[in-house]
Parts: sequence; C-alpha cells; structure tokens
Amino acid sequence: MRELFVQRSTNLTHLQRYGSLKGSWREVGPLVIDIKDLEFRWHPGGETVLSLETMRVDPGEHLFIEGPSGSGKSTLLSLLAGVTTTQAGSVRVLDRPLERLGSVERDHFRADHVGYIFQMFNLIPYLSVVDNVLLPCRFSARRRDRALTRGGGLEAEARRLLGHLDMDHPELLGRAVTTLSVGQQQRVAAARALMGSPELLIADEPTSSLDADRRESFIRLLFDECRQAASTLVFVSHDATLECLFHRTVNLARINRRPGTLIDAAEMGT
Amino acid sequence: MPIVSLAFKSLLNRRFTAALTVMSIALSVALLVGVERLRTEARASFANTLSGTDLIVGARSGAVQLLLYSVFRIGDATNNMSWQSYQDIARHPKVAWSVPLSLGDSHRGFRVLGTSQAYFERYQYARDRRLVLAEGGPFSDLYDAVLGAEVATELGYRIGDPIVVAHGASDVSFARHEDKPFRVSGILARTGTPVDRTVHVSLEAIEAIHIDWQSGAPLPGLSVSAEQARKMDLTPKAITAALVGLKSKVATFSVQRYVNEYPEEPLSAILPGVALSQLWGLIGVAENALLVVSAFVVVVGLFGMLTALLTSLNERRREMAILRSVGARPGHVFALIMGEAGFLTLIGIALGLGLLYLLLLFAQPLMESMYGIFIAIGSPSSYELLLLGALVIAGFVVGSIPAYRAYRYSLADGLSIRI
Ligand SMILES: Nc1ncnc2c1ncn2[C@@H]1O[C@H](COP(=O)(O)OP(=O)(O)O)[C@@H](O)[C@H]1O
Ligand SMILES: [Mg+2]
Repeated sequence: MRELFVQRSTNLTHLQRYGSLKGSWREVGPLVIDIKDLEFRWHPGGETVLSLETMRVDPGEHLFIEGPSGSGKSTLLSLLAGVTTTQAGSVRVLDRPLERLGSVERDHFRADHVGYIFQMFNLIPYLSVVDNVLLPCRFSARRRDRALTRGGGLEAEARRLLGHLDMDHPELLGRAVTTLSVGQQQRVAAARALMGSPELLIADEPTSSLDADRRESFIRLLFDECRQAASTLVFVSHDATLECLFHRTVNLARINRRPGTLIDAAEMGT
Repeated sequence: MPIVSLAFKSLLNRRFTAALTVMSIALSVALLVGVERLRTEARASFANTLSGTDLIVGARSGAVQLLLYSVFRIGDATNNMSWQSYQDIARHPKVAWSVPLSLGDSHRGFRVLGTSQAYFERYQYARDRRLVLAEGGPFSDLYDAVLGAEVATELGYRIGDPIVVAHGASDVSFARHEDKPFRVSGILARTGTPVDRTVHVSLEAIEAIHIDWQSGAPLPGLSVSAEQARKMDLTPKAITAALVGLKSKVATFSVQRYVNEYPEEPLSAILPGVALSQLWGLIGVAENALLVVSAFVVVVGLFGMLTALLTSLNERRREMAILRSVGARPGHVFALIMGEAGFLTLIGIALGLGLLYLLLLFAQPLMESMYGIFIAIGSPSSYELLLLGALVIAGFVVGSIPAYRAYRYSLADGLSIRI
C-alpha cells in the first residue's frame, strides 16, 4: 500500500514534469516502465552497452526513443520485453521487477503483456496472414481470453484488427505472407502485436523500410489502435523526423552513460 | 501443443526437402527391415533343409562334413559304410524307418544319388513339406531317374529323355557309364533345397552300373550289358550314408550312442538340426555383415536428416526470434526442431514399412519359386520392432543436435536478429 502511494506520488511529479507535452495521455496509474541504475552488457567481461540512471513511462504514453544505430536501442527493448535481464539496477515493467523473475516467468510475462513489432520480416513465412495474427494467442491464455471477449471469436478479432489496419480484404488474407508488400507485412505485424490487447506495445524501427508518406499513416493507425486498447507504446527509430508525432522523446545516446556515447555527447556539445 | 501444429506447417512449407529426407529414411528402413526379414527367413529355411529325420548316419567324420556330403552334396565321404552295418542299424528296435544314400556319380555337374523309394516319402523340408513329383512318377524300372527341378530346367530335360551317368564328380568322357543309360521317369517340384540339384536313381541301379567296374575304372575284358545286369544280384555292398527316423525322439541319444559305438566299423550319427545350425554359424558371418551394412545405410539416412535440419536452421533464426517475441520459450524452440525430426523419422519409418510390405507382396511368390524361401508377410517381429525402436531413438538423438543449436541461438540472439 505504502509502496503504491510512493509510486503514485513519483508518478505525479513525473506527470508534472512532462504534463505540458502534446497528446492526450492523462491517465494516472502505476508506471508502465520504471528503470533505475541499469547496467547491461551482452557478455560477461564485454563492454557495457547500456548504462541508464532512470527511465520512466506512464500508462497510455506514446514514447519515441531515438538514437543512432548501435546505440543500444534494440538491446533496451530486449530488456523491456524480458528476453534479457540487467546485470545491475532494476527494470520494472508493469510493476514487475523483471531482473528478479525466472526465465520461464519472463517468457510468460512477455506472452501475456507485450506486443512486439520488428523492423522487417515480422511474419512467419509458412503461416497465413490470420495465423500470424493469432500467434500470441497460442502462447498466452490471457491474450486469448481478452481477444475472445473483445472480438467475439479469435478469428473475428484478428480480422477486426486487420480491418482497422486496412488489411481485411479476402484477396490479401488468402495470399502467402511472403508475397505481401513491406507495408502490408508491417500492418499484419501490428495487428499481431495488438492481438489480445497487451498493456505494452514495443516497436523496433517498424517504419524504417517504409517510404515517407506510408510511414506517417502507419504510425497513426498504430496510435489509434493503442488508444483503443489502452496500450502504452514504446517506439524506436533512428529517424528523428517522426518524433513530433509522439507524446515524448528520449534520446538514448544522450541518457546512456556508457563510455562510447559520452564521447559522442562531448563531440555534439562542441 | 501450439508447437505441434507449427512444426507441421513449417515442414509443409519445406515439403520438398522434407519429402527427400523422409524418402531417404524410408528407403533405409525398408532395406534394414527387409534384410533382417530375409536373414531370418533364410536361416529358417536353411535350418529346414532337412526335417523329420532324427539322425544321419555315415562313416566316422565330423558332423558338418557328414551333413555337407549327405544333405548338401558338397565334398565326398572319406569312407563308406557297409551294407551289413546299415542293415543292423535299420533293424534296431527303436528305428522306425531308414533311407540309404549312395553318392559318388554325377551327371553334367549335378550329383547322382542312389537311394530307395522310401526317400520320396521320408524326405521332408521346411518343417513338414514333402517331395512332390511335378511330372512323371518314381522309379518303376531299374534304369529310371527322377530329376530335381533345377536339373530339369537347367538341362532342359523332359520325361522320357535318356541321360548318361558319369563316374565320379567330374564329367569326363572315358569315365561314363555309357553302356547303361537312364531314362527320366519323373521330375520333382522345386523345394529350394539341394534336392533340386540332384539326379535320383535307385540303389540297385548304382550297383548295376558299377558291376563291371573296380576302383573307378571299367574292368578290362569284362563287360556286362544293361540287360545282363538286371538278372544279377544287385544288393549293394556299401552305401555312403543313411537317413534314420526313430519311433520316439526320446531314443535319439541312445541310438546315436549305439551307432557311435558300433563295433564292426567306425560310424557317426549326427542330429541334423544341430549340425545345420553349426553350419549356419560358419556361414552366418556374411549374413551379419549384411545387417551391419544396412544399419550403416540407416545412419546415412539419419545424417541426411541432420544436414537438412542444420542447413535450414540459419534461415530460421528470424523465425525463432519472432516466436520468442510472441512468448515462445527457448524450450518451445527446442521442441519445434525436435518435433520436426521426430515427425520425419516416424513418417520415414511408416513409409519404409509400407514400401517393404508392398515389395514383399510382389517378391514373395518369386522368392518362393526361385529360392524356396518363404517370406511371411506378418506384422514386424519383436527384433524388428527393437530395430525400429532404436531407429526412433536415433532419430530423436539426431534431432536433438539442431534442436539444441536452435535453443542456444534463441537464447543468445534474444530479439535481435542478425541476417
Ligand atoms: N544478441 C546480441 N549478442 C551480442 N551483442 C549484441 C546482441 N545484440 C546487440 N548486440 C550489441 O549491442 C550493441 C547495441 O546494439 P543494438 O541494441 O542492436 O543497437 P541499435 O538497435 O541501437 O542499433 C552493439 O554493439 C551490438 O553489437
Ligand atoms: Mg536495432
């Protein structure tokens, strides 16, 4: 109880700090992401890839993370999705300290609460469009139940999501996923990530293989869906022109304290 | 459970390589089980070359040697046994029947066996099958001959054809019994035993053709015509061996001892079943080699699967990362590859067995008529099931190699996919 109170209060100061930004997120609740003193390296004895003092994301927020390639954006997302764990500090997602969960628990956590969109080649080539969208429901009973209550049936829910993303055409649904255009594939991937309304949607440069006008419409579709499902969106890109669409932007290279990026920051300063 | 349908769909997607893998496993399974079945049937049919006979009696020698010349017509007897000894044994109270065998002559590479009419009634093979005349009848005249099936087909003989018997195993012109030609009176149905390669004549005929011979050559100046010989005493002085049937199997060892300790001349009595399996032990090495070779073919088939799975793995790292992103555990990734390997192995085995049974269905009548080997088309024997079980385990062991690699990849790659 006490802890919750503390969290709410920090959350409020957080809101106060960023509350003036554009957008409509105003929900007050426990933080979706709360990172403290994170230190991460891929291999023991290897170089530190990420070193973050704090990073916080509120429910319903649309966060943009930018940074040059190699700055550790995907690594951060792996930590948020619970695929890897931090060696020091803590990564709380949806009030769960991921570094203290076992690997099976983290896999369950990801299946139940996280939707993930890759940069490209998101789809399993041997599954149909609808089967690709249904994939999260195969690994999570929670998301299956949510999809059932929302859509009335798994397939109906999948087609509803695909319809919102302009993909519910019989001709498109019947095609092998490998014959879809990149933009279409990314929209199927978005439908899959949104299936069963996970609380956290993570997108790792999902638009970098789309051309400029498609990029924005894709992001707007994503926003709409996130809003409907009340999901929090963490969106990564090295393309800074997109940041104006989001509630807030974090420049990873700037907040990352690892040696390499410090030099970058120093250079940028001069 | 989600993994099973995923594995199936993934295999369907790579159906061409999957079909090749299944085919190579299926062929190797068909070969392995086929060889195993042929092996047991060949052994069984060999062990049944002679059945229903309790003892084979001949001059003292080793069991295998006696078996070789009396049953397989291979090699020669070191000594004969006298007619008197044969009579003593035949009249032994525990002996039910006996068939004398007299070897030594040949016809164009086939051995000539002098015997009695009882041979055709008493000779049994393949457990309980008896000799059957395909054409003609048994000896009715002194100079009648009954041919084995292979002799007749190979030399193109018909009933009534004349044949000339040569002295000894080699057919040289100066040692032929040309003055006393035989007439083919009957041809036996195929048995798949050495009987097929034998020319049968009566014991008296053997005596008749040698009446004017001594130590392997015609007696100079003395020549007895075929007709004259008919009127002479044709009781043989010696025979090569004898088949003996007992009134009760319990007496086997006492009669064997009686023969082995026969005081007038050194004789041996052997149990055909024991001697046959002894002989099979000698030639069975080749049969084992065959099984080992086919086992290696199976190993090659499994290596094919290993290669196919390992090469597909690199292309599938992205697939694994996608599955991980939707909540699949590394264990799921392991099970996915493992499931594919297991599925390929099981389908391969099923297809291989199907292939084998189909082949047997066609080959069974051919094998029986050509080699006298009857291959039963029954369900797999327990040993065959053991082999197949070992194969399933081997399939899973082979599958665990790429499955473990995929497992390691999925742990190390996380959600970052390197292409
Ligand atoms: N699975 C991995 N194993 C080992 N090192 C990795 C792995 N993924 C990324 N890295 C390393 O971590 C650093 C940051 O990479 P990444 O997070 O992919 O950057 P970004 O996504 O910003 O381009 C790079 O030096 C990269 O080589
Ligand atoms: Mg990246």
